[in-house]
Amino acid sequence: MSKKAGFLSSSIGKKFIMGITGLFLISFLVVHCFLNAFIFFNDGGLMFNIGAHFMATNWLIRAMEIVLFLGIILHIVQALVLTLENRKARPVAYHSTNGAANSKWYSRSMGLLGTLILMFLIIHLAHFWVVSRFTGIPTEDANGHEDLYAVMQVTFSQLWVVIVYVLAMISLAYHLMHGFQSAFQTFGLNHKKYTPLIKALGLWFSIIVPLIFALMPIAMYAGWVK
Amino acid sequence: MSHGNMNLTLKVWKQKNKNEKGRFETYDAKGISPDMSFLEMFDVVNEQLISSGKEPIAFDHDCREGICGMCSMYINGRPHGPKQGITTCQLHMRSFKDGDTIVVEPWRSAAFPVIKDLAVDRSSFDRIMSAGGFVSVNTGNVKDANNILIGKNEADEAFNAAACIGCGACVAACKNSSAMLFVSAKVSQLALLPQGQVEKQDRVLNMVKQMDEEGFGNCTNTGACEAECPKSISLENIARMNREYLGATLTQNK
Repeated sequence: MSKKAGFLSSSIGKKFIMGITGLFLISFLVVHCFLNAFIFFNDGGLMFNIGAHFMATNWLIRAMEIVLFLGIILHIVQALVLTLENRKARPVAYHSTNGAANSKWYSRSMGLLGTLILMFLIIHLAHFWVVSRFTGIPTEDANGHEDLYAVMQVTFSQLWVVIVYVLAMISLAYHLMHGFQSAFQTFGLNHKKYTPLIKALGLWFSIIVPLIFALMPIAMYAGWVK
Repeated sequence: MSHGNMNLTLKVWKQKNKNEKGRFETYDAKGISPDMSFLEMFDVVNEQLISSGKEPIAFDHDCREGICGMCSMYINGRPHGPKQGITTCQLHMRSFKDGDTIVVEPWRSAAFPVIKDLAVDRSSFDRIMSAGGFVSVNTGNVKDANNILIGKNEADEAFNAAACIGCGACVAACKNSSAMLFVSAKVSQLALLPQGQVEKQDRVLNMVKQMDEEGFGNCTNTGACEAECPKSISLENIARMNREYLGATLTQNK
């Protein structure tokens, strides 16, 4: 077997896949967060529904939706492969460990945080994706667009949903806090000048994006946007 | 008991060999001077065990001055104990309090099988080195020291990477038992200097291949290795190895 063929099956290659899919999913978060933030126009969802209509009908976006699902699946499968290998690498566990002395808890808990995000994702897809793609959005807004905004309002009128979404966004924030900067380290992009910038950018991204997302169910439940 | 001496309880991992199951055994360490090193404390306990006809605790040690990397002890949940930037032989008993219970375990990794008690077999590191951790250029006679000019920064970085003593604390500290810090230090110390650059592509490909074959885990960039390394080897070396590995994979003409 040539060495080239071995890159993706090597330990470093597998981490590259985690990093590349991770950054791709981050790019999705940016688009998703930007468009959903249209609800804060507070115009009864007219702007938001224009955005949602565009996303639902643009062929490029629909094609990217498939790539997105593939990216999520690859990220999860590769994480499982890596986790199983890592378990095998230490067959007898330590009796006492003091991880807090040498690393951040969230950097050691990416699997747990990722699982929480996946559980949220299933609920989230059932709430909105299944409705807009399959079961159908029941009403139309003043512009004649499918009123996805109304679906949001109904969903976020339930307190348990708001709590689940906020907890999920906290998980996402910690997942990103490690994942964002870790991807660059995996790609070998570690530089005295730029690494502090990447780390700062990653930290702000990890706080701001999940915060904006979390504010959506909160704002709707509290009636800040109508 | 002389003034200021300590009495401690040790919970130490006892394991006959790599095939037997291990267990913890409790020992009393009485009259321990706070100025003793952790290994000297073990010497005292072992002498008491031998004189009472019991089997002493097996542990690795050699130079006892922090440069050989043999003293592999996982103390209270951390490789080489509670202090940073030191090996077990450089850890003094004044870092503990009278009456403390100290848990001592071996490095735990599939790639480091237990030889006996706290001594583990780290020949997996040797095999990684044999796979590429050398320069095979025929250098001929001794040359003038400044024949090859090397920038101060490169020289410093290479030297910092070469400070690795191959103790395995990085593997022991890593939640994934990854050997990336060790291998990247060895890759870096050679790749940074002109003599080592000639073979840098084969070196990184072969050493990473051997690392994976030895059964070490995968790096998740937690940074525990860097924090626990007695020589403070930087994570920058891991990034450098990742770069070198990608570059070698993409451009190697074989």
